[in-house]
Amino acid sequence: MDFITLIQVLDSTLRLATPLLLACLAGLYSERAGIFDIGLEGKMLAAAMFAGAIAAVSGNVWLGLLAGIGASMVFSALHGVASITFRGNQLISGVAINFLASGMTVLVAQSWFGQGGRTPSLFAGGRFEPITLPFALGPDDAEAAGMSLSKLIAQSGKLQQVYSELISGHTILVYVALACVPATWWLLYRTRFGLRLRAVGEAPEAVDTAGVSVIRMRFAAVAICGILCGVAGAYLATGLQAGFVKEMTAGRGFIALAALIFAKWRPWYALSATLLFGLLQAVAVRFQNIEIAGITIPVQLTESLPYILTVVILAGFVGKAIPPRAGGQPYVKEN
Amino acid sequence: MEKMPRWADVVLIPLISLLLAAFISALVIVAIGEDPIAAVKLMINGALGSTYGWGYTLYYATNFIFTGLAVAVAFHARMFNIGGEGQAMLGGLGVAIACLYIPWPHWTVALLAAIVMSGLLGAAWAAIPAYLQAKRGSHIVITTIMFNFIAAGLLNYVLVNLMRPAGSMDPASAKFPEPTHLPTLYDMLTPLGIKFSKAAPANVTLFVALIACVLVWVLIWRMKLGYEIRAQGHSESAAKYAGINPTRIIIISMLISGGLAGAMAINNVMGEAERLVMNATEGAGFIGIAVALMGRNHPFGVVLAAILFGFLYQGGAELALWTDIPRELIVVIQALVILFTGALDNMVRMPLEKVFLALRKERG
Repeated sequence: MDFITLIQVLDSTLRLATPLLLACLAGLYSERAGIFDIGLEGKMLAAAMFAGAIAAVSGNVWLGLLAGIGASMVFSALHGVASITFRGNQLISGVAINFLASGMTVLVAQSWFGQGGRTPSLFAGGRFEPITLPFALGPDDAEAAGMSLSKLIAQSGKLQQVYSELISGHTILVYVALACVPATWWLLYRTRFGLRLRAVGEAPEAVDTAGVSVIRMRFAAVAICGILCGVAGAYLATGLQAGFVKEMTAGRGFIALAALIFAKWRPWYALSATLLFGLLQAVAVRFQNIEIAGITIPVQLTESLPYILTVVILAGFVGKAIPPRAGGQPYVKEN
Repeated sequence: MEKMPRWADVVLIPLISLLLAAFISALVIVAIGEDPIAAVKLMINGALGSTYGWGYTLYYATNFIFTGLAVAVAFHARMFNIGGEGQAMLGGLGVAIACLYIPWPHWTVALLAAIVMSGLLGAAWAAIPAYLQAKRGSHIVITTIMFNFIAAGLLNYVLVNLMRPAGSMDPASAKFPEPTHLPTLYDMLTPLGIKFSKAAPANVTLFVALIACVLVWVLIWRMKLGYEIRAQGHSESAAKYAGINPTRIIIISMLISGGLAGAMAINNVMGEAERLVMNATEGAGFIGIAVALMGRNHPFGVVLAAILFGFLYQGGAELALWTDIPRELIVVIQALVILFTGALDNMVRMPLEKVFLALRKERG
């Protein structure tokens, strides 16, 4: 494998890791506050559909993003009402949300556009366009040189290859997702809000004693989760692809959940976990079956590795993943 | 003292939840510009109006009885087995191995072998998450979700690389040999002089499913093991004091659960497709969750809920065929049933409890 191929694989790793990272951080807020969320998949799907639909109708990708966040927030609110207000089973609520999104997105898209449950393809303005960073090779340089951008980058120096291919040329949401990692770390570990949020996931009775509303904290966490899932879904429909197609999340919500466990519910580890899982996806897409030292690794194994690795981590053979102590339990105020 | 009479808990709450789900589904149908009453009529006609419709309804119901029982048994031990889908996929693999590689003289023996193989592989697929839950405390919900995906990958690999007949592009196994074909309801009812649709896939597995219901009932309410499972489900610490080994109960109940989910494959793989295809389970493993919740984890309730979902499945297919309402409507209804009977149970229960308490006070 030559250098530029490696850079290209890493480049697509970054792009494929972005929705995973956003969804993983979304789950991190929710689960750190003691609300299990296996409905990440459904929320992303709903967001992808509404982002794709509104971006197609309005021609404005930012409106699409807002619509995606809105759709995801509606499902978050449902999860909050079921699991916080009515103290229902959070896992069952998550399962219901996933199915609700899976069915509703097709139903709405079909009755809206009549294209078999997809939204119309997005053109310029309806999509997030790649951003060319200063001094990087971009589409303008390619046009001036009269060749395709990937060819132009392949001909340049190694440093320029890394800069133009890997670091530059992503949509804004990729950079936003990366920025969310330090932001989340800061919010969780350096602010009073973060301290309280983590505390309601570990010892809600203590937070309650201190006069802070457990219910309100948990709703706040679930809302942040909704926003981030919304961005993740919007990225799928308007950044990674041009429009929504049925079941386009393709299990990413569950991979994000796996990454969250892999990361042991911590933001920086979430970045490495999602990059690892993004790399596995990128490799599976590019190479199909891989041969290493005469042994063929089937593509199915590469695709299943995130799940297998998560089971190994959960089994506690490689470090122990301990979830927040009060996770999954509704809080009942003492009288 | 119970807050509510038993009938309210067993009948009234599921009924109200179902009505809520139906009401919202009707709103959804109105919102996409269709007529809900016409839709219901079409569904009833398509699913129950002919022996053909009944044949499909019962075929789907058979799948859902197996997966519903699977979820219910695990629920009794207070475990949430979301892995029914993966366990049923592995069950399909077991059926395919049993049917493809051994020349059976008659379908009865083949059926027994297929039940054993599908049950074993389904149970094996539940065994690892069960062991990890019991011994290492890994959350069973997460591990069974992961195992669903791993099962899909494994099945994909087996079908593409191992079981696919030479020259075929389709990722599916070869057709099972003739002696393994199960008799359909048509084959069984015609000698009795009852006319039944020849095209419908409902088959002898329906009776296997009903026998499984009786066995699960005996297990849960008439055997010591079932008592231990329920004790563990009510309170693990109390069960422990009573000398019940939690590790053993977790593993045994999950093995039974996985085996039941796996056994679904004798219906869809052996009875209907007569070969193993990708995505043979069609989400039946997940519908088991809705079925178990609606059926209140009782085999009798599971049968009723499974028939209801069989009706929805067949009716939904008819809707997709004759109207502009996509098949995904069933997924929405399924989600609403899970939401109202599962996650929002308290929303229905709390006001009802208040009503019953008030009534009791009035009576003195």
